Amino acid sequence: MMPDFGGDQAGRKLAIICSKGTLDMAYPGLVLANAALGEGVETHLFFTFWGFDMITKSRMAQLKFTMLGNTATHMPQGLGGLPGMTAVATRQMKKQIAGVGVPDVPDFLDQIVASGGHLWACRMSADMMHLNKEDLFEGVEDIINASDFIEKTEGAQLLFI
Amino acid sequence: MPLTTIAGRRIHVDDEGFLTTYDEWDSDLAAYLAERIGIQLTDEHWKAITFLRQDYAEHGETATLRRVSTAGGVPTKQLFVLFPKKPAKKMAYIAGLPKPHGCV
Repeated sequence: MMPDFGGDQAGRKLAIICSKGTLDMAYPGLVLANAALGEGVETHLFFTFWGFDMITKSRMAQLKFTMLGNTATHMPQGLGGLPGMTAVATRQMKKQIAGVGVPDVPDFLDQIVASGGHLWACRMSADMMHLNKEDLFEGVEDIINASDFIEKTEGAQLLFI
Repeated sequence: MPLTTIAGRRIHVDDEGFLTTYDEWDSDLAAYLAERIGIQLTDEHWKAITFLRQDYAEHGETATLRRVSTAGGVPTKQLFVLFPKKPAKKMAYIAGLPKPHGCV
């Protein structure tokens, strides 16, 4: 009797579209990509619209979390609008994430690339924000358009976050 | 807990086949388990496996890939070369430990 490390994952592919630029919404895609790679699944991430912040050098370490509009914090919404509250909430969430041994966004992307993950930047987002490859995290393979991504991920399971 | 015979010894395993009794493992068994899944152990493999064993003894849970690279000093990229495709589970299996429970 032995565990199945086998070939049944061979050919399995996962595509994750990251479209959000908040700290809390950056993590689901990163955690799932990391888990898939650890199971031998070929994994592609496509960063688009606000998700572009996750791979923009000047912003990727400064993603924020706000209580505003997020009823899941179970705090009075007015509180979230007070000056400095977003900074406080962000600091708290970063502390909690580090507390469970999970890396910050740049380190996490490094780990995903080291595990064989593929990072792609959205052409339209790059053009809209006037950014080019030099502005992006080194692990990003290229800036590609939506059709390129669809082509690269033929047969993949897809997650939109 | 199922009992199985590995390399002529009676060994306790879980339903998937991961070893469940820390002290039933030794380095000879590791080499045998590794061979079973197509891995020839080198010094580099041993660095990861030794860390996993020690870390489990200290913390009572199997280190995740992240922990093996940050605390154990074997880079992630290297782990994927040493234990292809499913490094965390393969390492745990060879080290005679349960598979890791952490997400990252």
